[in-house]
Amino acid sequence: MTAGVSIQSVSQSYGTTRVLHEVSLDIAAGEFIVLLGPSGCGKTTLLNILGGFAEAASGRVLIGGRDMAGIAAKDRPTTTVFQDYALFPHMTLAQNVGFGLRMRGMAGPARAARAAAMLDLVGLAGRGDRRPHEISGGQRQRVALARALAVEPQVLLLDEPLGALDLKLRRAMQGELKAIQRRVGTTFVHVTHDQEEAMAMADRIVVMNAGRIADEGPPRQVYLSPRSLFSAGFMGEINKIPLDGAQSALGPLALSGTGPRVLCIRPEAFAPDGLPLGPARVLDVAFFGSHVRVQAAPLAAPDLRLVVHLPPAALPQVGAVLNLFAGSHVVLDA
Amino acid sequence: MRGLGWVYLAAGYGFILLPVAVLVVFSFQDGRLPVPPFQGVSLKWHAQVLSDRNLMAALANSALVAGVSSAVALIMGFLAAHGLARVHLPGSVWLRGLLMAPMTVSALILALGLLTLFNQTGLRLSLWTAGVGHVVLNLPLCFAICYAAMGDQQKAAERAARDLGATEVQVLWLVSAPMLAPALLAAFFLSVTFSWDEFILAFLLTRFDVTLPVEIWSMLRSGLSPATNAVGSLVFVVSVIAVVLAEVLVFARKR
Repeated sequence: MTAGVSIQSVSQSYGTTRVLHEVSLDIAAGEFIVLLGPSGCGKTTLLNILGGFAEAASGRVLIGGRDMAGIAAKDRPTTTVFQDYALFPHMTLAQNVGFGLRMRGMAGPARAARAAAMLDLVGLAGRGDRRPHEISGGQRQRVALARALAVEPQVLLLDEPLGALDLKLRRAMQGELKAIQRRVGTTFVHVTHDQEEAMAMADRIVVMNAGRIADEGPPRQVYLSPRSLFSAGFMGEINKIPLDGAQSALGPLALSGTGPRVLCIRPEAFAPDGLPLGPARVLDVAFFGSHVRVQAAPLAAPDLRLVVHLPPAALPQVGAVLNLFAGSHVVLDA
Repeated sequence: MRGLGWVYLAAGYGFILLPVAVLVVFSFQDGRLPVPPFQGVSLKWHAQVLSDRNLMAALANSALVAGVSSAVALIMGFLAAHGLARVHLPGSVWLRGLLMAPMTVSALILALGLLTLFNQTGLRLSLWTAGVGHVVLNLPLCFAICYAAMGDQQKAAERAARDLGATEVQVLWLVSAPMLAPALLAAFFLSVTFSWDEFILAFLLTRFDVTLPVEIWSMLRSGLSPATNAVGSLVFVVSVIAVVLAEVLVFARKR
């Protein structure tokens, strides 16, 4: 079972601070959505509103077309994987996974069979009689996932579920989460502040900043053609060159349009040809394996710093002058 | 200096335990008075105490009052602690203070207050009224132990249970209470110990059926006898068992 979610101009405040400003978002059934943003951007608040742990001050939330106003967490077609897993320490893993089914009145034997199947799905087959304190953090994470999925929610909410894992395990779990989501077909709404994690898993990334949606779209679109300066900067390193019409610190550029804007170029977007940016002096060179990272100062604007990624074969000398071209770029309103 | 420390330790424990040791030793006195010299070992006083109907009835009463009043105090304390740990009301500091307040009032004052209340409402004094007194006495203790045991892990698990469809009663019964089981049992056994030994409230709030401390007091009025020592030893043994159970459970939780 899976259902779409419709968030319609939802606002929320804590005291006098507004944490969500009229947020609207439609999520298709079966979609893997990642809410991405720095801490305090409102992403967790939005997740809590979806799960029924917080009430929106205004606006509506529909899940599968049903208005969720006044429906408590226990009656919602959603379940949550919490950041701290929140497993029940006094129950075995099988009892943990079967808890939601027990609450729905499923008989013991059927419950045990389903719990075993869910543990199998997350790669913990045969561990059902262990207790949470006997297994590792990564395994607890899987149990929490199995427990939340066991009741076949229409929407699964994930609140930074990989945040407590070390980097290697986190990257491995990202792939697994995505594979499990494809297998069960449930709508996933995943909250994180890690943009690599977002790109690794999301069908669609929703970038949030200060209680508003700053950008949304497939990972490729959000990364390559961001719609806001915040989104451009949050998705990865980017060079920002202020513009006034076609004028810049680098001199006049071959760009159309008027008014104060910002030319944004990703470090890896510099190419042998494209938009000419003029000569720049190499200040620093570092070898990163997959690329060479060069810091350069344009001759026309020695105070400006540009970060340029070159192929690993190229190793320019410090002090050399490179002729820079932007293979791709985005111009955003300042 | 080190030796002095050991001397201090021995003196301290001697001060605390010597009266109890003397009491227990002279409960085995083969003579009419529980005072030195010790005239030989005899179990006759223990036999006399165990065959005394009044004493045994009082013992059963004490067990009943201790068990029931501790269970009530525990349930009330647990529910209050659970509510106050979960919800942040504007005045929750004051509510907590109010719940703890009976701890600061002497048992005599509590007993007088309850006595006045029962007289005003026309409630007859019985084991039940003594039980009410013991609930008042033990509720702050149970509340404090339960409240201290509730942490973030507890709250997170309760939230997860609600998320998975548990009603509030199911959350309490299937998640909160089992997670807090060691603290709940510790609170219960400490309450039992306090209620078991309690004299002032029991003396003022009972009439025909009395608890063991009240019965012992009436025995003492007819003078010293090794039989009183024998009762005292029995009471002491029961208290020790309850305290040890509570300790073991508290330590089991810390592990």
